[in-house]
Amino acid sequence: MEKITNIEQLDLLKNSLRKARESGRQVVRVCLGPGCRAQGADKVAAAFRNAVRQQGLPVKVEPLIKETGCHGFCKEGPLVTLEPSGLFYSRVKPDDVEEIVEKTIKNNEVISRLLYSENGTVYKSAQEIPFYKMQKKIASRNVGDIDPLSIEDAIANGAYQAVAKAFASMTPEQVIKDVEVSGLRGRGGAGFPTGRKWRSAADAVKKHPGPVYVVCNGDEGDPGAFMDCVVMEGDPHSVIEGMIIAAYALGARQGFIYVREEYPFAIKNLTIAMEQARSAGLLGANIMGTGFEFDIRINRGAGAYVCGESTALFQSIEGKPGEPRAKYIRSVERGLWDRPTVLNNVETLANIPVIIENGGEWFSKIGPPNSTGTKAFSLVGKVKNVGLVEVPMGVPLSTIVEDIGGGIPGKKSFKAVQTGGPSGGCIPYKLKDVSVDFDSLTKIGSIMGSGGMIVMDDRDCVVDVARYFLRFLEEESCGKCLPCRLGLEAMLEFLDNFAQGKGSLEDIEELKSLAKAVQDGALCALGGSAPNPMLTTLEYFRDEYEAHIIEKRCPAGVCKDLITFHIDSEACTGCGLCASNCPQACITGEDKKPHEISQNACTRCGTCMDLCKFSAITVS
Amino acid sequence: MKEINTKKLINFSINGTAAQAKEGWTVLDTARNMGIYIPTLCHHEAVEPIGACRLCVVEARQGNWSKVVVSCMYPPFEGVEIFTDSERVKNVRRWVLEMLLAQCPASREIKALAAEYGLKSTRFKIKNPEEQCILCGLCVRVCAEVVGVQAISLGSRGVLKHVSTPYMVPNKACIACGSCVSVCPTGAMQTRLDKVRGDISQRTGHGFAH
Ligand SMILES: Cc1cc2nc3c(=O)[nH]c(=O)nc-3n(C[C@H](O)[C@H](O)[C@H](O)COP(=O)(O)O)c2cc1C
Ligand code: SF4
Ligand code: SF4
Ligand code: FES
Ligand code: FES
Repeated sequence: MEKITNIEQLDLLKNSLRKARESGRQVVRVCLGPGCRAQGADKVAAAFRNAVRQQGLPVKVEPLIKETGCHGFCKEGPLVTLEPSGLFYSRVKPDDVEEIVEKTIKNNEVISRLLYSENGTVYKSAQEIPFYKMQKKIASRNVGDIDPLSIEDAIANGAYQAVAKAFASMTPEQVIKDVEVSGLRGRGGAGFPTGRKWRSAADAVKKHPGPVYVVCNGDEGDPGAFMDCVVMEGDPHSVIEGMIIAAYALGARQGFIYVREEYPFAIKNLTIAMEQARSAGLLGANIMGTGFEFDIRINRGAGAYVCGESTALFQSIEGKPGEPRAKYIRSVERGLWDRPTVLNNVETLANIPVIIENGGEWFSKIGPPNSTGTKAFSLVGKVKNVGLVEVPMGVPLSTIVEDIGGGIPGKKSFKAVQTGGPSGGCIPYKLKDVSVDFDSLTKIGSIMGSGGMIVMDDRDCVVDVARYFLRFLEEESCGKCLPCRLGLEAMLEFLDNFAQGKGSLEDIEELKSLAKAVQDGALCALGGSAPNPMLTTLEYFRDEYEAHIIEKRCPAGVCKDLITFHIDSEACTGCGLCASNCPQACITGEDKKPHEISQNACTRCGTCMDLCKFSAITVS
Repeated sequence: MKEINTKKLINFSINGTAAQAKEGWTVLDTARNMGIYIPTLCHHEAVEPIGACRLCVVEARQGNWSKVVVSCMYPPFEGVEIFTDSERVKNVRRWVLEMLLAQCPASREIKALAAEYGLKSTRFKIKNPEEQCILCGLCVRVCAEVVGVQAISLGSRGVLKHVSTPYMVPNKACIACGSCVSVCPTGAMQTRLDKVRGDISQRTGHGFAH
């Protein structure tokens, strides 16, 4: 591609790329996001290329095969969408490809077997599917649409238009003002107003002239979260563009993207995108011929959760051990190498170009006044439509879990949702209509966090869930400060006791007092927020804790020391599903007759209970 | 003492008594100057504070705002009210000390400090009855910042963290000055020094560093 040496040139390029799109050529998009990849999407993509090559199609019919980022509906992957028909094929296998080329691509025939159906309705295109209908995509606007390895594709979709607009018609001050007006709050967890952060950093540079840095936080360590991964992989240019705009606003010349090593595709796609942007004159020296210079370096994090914390992240970039520092001086004033630094999350930055293009005013009208815009969530756990969703702030939680997520699979019931990962809280079913925005979630003891959403059903034990998150954090604690290093272990001692039916009601009060000491005493928010899952489960499910302690019973049938599984001979149809799946092979019975569990060999893994279609397994 | 800029004084209060901090002073510096006692473990004037033990916590208040902060690093601001023994503060110290009784049961210093807060025993599991180290890192910091040789370091992370020499073998970089022993708040370094310096009589050449 030719180097872009002035702002008008970008527009010309965009228009010519768009024209080329209108040629009527067919496009096949194969999702190569993390979910579909895990289900063999790369083989599907390869099969398409092969089939097209072998068939020797005339240019007019030969489709363009695009390997894209995550379409969101990962549970139905591998996904393939076709243009111009708009067809949406789900669960596509390499073996289906020949038929798709033969029938759909050559002859416009629909293969109904590959269409998605739900509750008896068959859907031809994505837009009609309930999962997509209620979503609104801003941060992930191009993900799943563009080929992340093609800067032309990104530019045709409008990439770098916001930078051009800022350069051509806005002063740095106006950029900051617009971000302030937008009301955008950080998507990385703390929800700090982005405009205010930029303003403080800009003021700090004015006071102490010298270098200032823009850092993108792509550490994404929450278990089950993959929103940032999907944006970095599927639309790397949106992150780069957001960073250039931040750099312009602050006068920064150097930026860093901190990505965890476990995201090789994010690292690869970002690296290629940056290379392409440099050769196109959109990154590096003299961007778009304006004389403005800004470049970005990628730092790979070794996957320590705590390195997502701002001060630990800076230490890590500086090549020191990733341990948080006490920050009575804010990092906007003294961050990387003690210089003013703006640290923003991937999703925060991906929102910036849209805000600059459409104006802060426009953005501020989406969602409630204090939580503007949209939020991406990775929806996981006991929910039918596991995947990635982006919704306007302020929608009820139930809309995400039940309408978009399709509710709980099987005959189990919706018990709770954990938002905010290990630092967040557990929201019970009775509060399922809570508005998903920063303030409402905080009010009920949880947090928005970075967007992990783990759905739980009645087979999830809250004591066990609290232990799970605490154990995760205990392993991830950097160990620098005592309330965290010793406190998380001590809290676990209490919970381990409860899970064994030991302890007393006074212990619950003692545990709360310890939690307060950890919250008050810990150096960073890893320790400071670690008690949240335990405190919220205690608040909303105290009876379940008491059942463990007083009745020595785990109502969800999870805590192994407190349960035995039985088969209800009335309900059992003798289908044998449990017997053939029991890892201990300790379930016996004749065909079509009630089965039995041999208690001596049973390890209480619960496989039988999860599988039984007739709710015949009971726990006591 | 810290470098002092005598031009500017910050007026605030500690436990209701008027306090004045010179610029650059922390709450702990000011409190000590006034003769107010705040327990500390990981703080030593010879090295940079890191705020690790959290024993020196105090509560800072202004109007409806309040926050528990570490006095060894917190720079007071005009008008802030500091409380060194509020309920929240005592709660942090009591729990940290009870957990320390389990972490380093062999330390006399920790036992004495715990007793000041009415703690004689701990409910938590004792892993190593011989342990004395609280992992405050003072030894490591004095070695690096004052002695300038980095003979010891804090290895590993989280609950596995420990003080050791690289690769856990005696380190020739150690000049056997004993600074680490003298700053150690618990007596733990006393028993470790020999492992760090090794058998000095076997060293060749003069001078200990390399
Ligand atoms: C233990 C811990 C882990 C964190 N991990 C992340 C992370 O993986 N990604 C992220 O963007 N922010 C993370 N944060 C929040 C960051 O410290 C910081 O607030 C954020 O990156 C600022 O960007 P924002 O204002 O755009 O949200 C973490 C915070 C803590 C305390
Ligand atoms: S709270 Fe935990 S993670 Fe944070 S500094 Fe303390 S020990 Fe390290
Ligand atoms: S040996 Fe002493 S000075 Fe060193 S970390 Fe342990 S307690 Fe602190
Ligand atoms: S990875 Fe394909 S839909 Fe998410
Ligand atoms: S003395 Fe302040 S944190 Fe240890």
